[in-house]
Amino acid sequence: MTINPDLQGRSYPAAEVYDVGREKIREFARAVKATHPAHFDVEAAKALGHTDLVAPPTFAIIIAQRADAQLIEDPDAGIDFSRVVHADQRFIHHRPIFAGDRLVAELHVDGVRAMGGGAMITTRAEIFALTDGGNESRESVATTTSSILVRGEGQ
Amino acid sequence: MSPSFHELTAGQDIGSRTIEVTRTDLVKYAGASGDFNPIHWNEAFATGVELPGVIAHGMFTMGAAVQLVTDWASDPAAVVDFQTRFTKPVLVTDTTGTLEPGATIEVSGAIGKLDADSGTARVDLTVVAAGQKVLMKAQAVVRLS
Repeated sequence: MTINPDLQGRSYPAAEVYDVGREKIREFARAVKATHPAHFDVEAAKALGHTDLVAPPTFAIIIAQRADAQLIEDPDAGIDFSRVVHADQRFIHHRPIFAGDRLVAELHVDGVRAMGGGAMITTRAEIFALTDGGNESRESVATTTSSILVRGEGQ
Repeated sequence: MSPSFHELTAGQDIGSRTIEVTRTDLVKYAGASGDFNPIHWNEAFATGVELPGVIAHGMFTMGAAVQLVTDWASDPAAVVDFQTRFTKPVLVTDTTGTLEPGATIEVSGAIGKLDADSGTARVDLTVVAAGQKVLMKAQAVVRLS
């Protein structure tokens, strides 16, 4: 299986909306062993000046990896998921993610380079919150970048 | 109380903590994150793709490590930028049915850089498991008042 070199520069438009729920923030926070009350208690979040529960700093990975799945599952990409290793990750928060946000992600393939028998693929998800104005009206929430190494045989 | 920007100095220690990890934790993280890659929960599958055994999600380690920073900052929303490279896998042994952890991750943090213009502090995290650094360039930028 070889990685399609033409992937570089490809983008996948915003697909389904991700509704950020309070219980999902609590579940994710527990899963990363977070204990800060702003993830669990609405009043504690409001006391810090927030509108609702605050998502942990890496919560956006849920939305980013859903966007990445469009690429990984694209038969044209040639990616064997069982040989994927996460190489690096970055989250730039333009604003925090809160319970009640309705998020969409646009995925961009920023880099593809051959490494041994495999390839390093760098993707960027631009995450937006839909605002009351509907699909045309949105606010930039986070930019996540991720590099995955697709290991070749014997790597 | 959140730390005051003007009282910080580069190199200052922000503390440390120990994170114990079990296979159950990896199953919980898989469910919470939606990352069901079997290398994180199935021994035979993991060794079948030439890994030494079941390994933690890199994102579990990254997400758990930053808790030191959010607690220090007193507000999770203060973390405006967080990045890392994943250099070594965290091998999690099967201790199901016992009280023993399958892996132990040690996290410590220090102020790497202060930016007075933006009122931000960069916290550099050192994250070690089984004597090896598992994250490199693990940096969280925190906005402080």
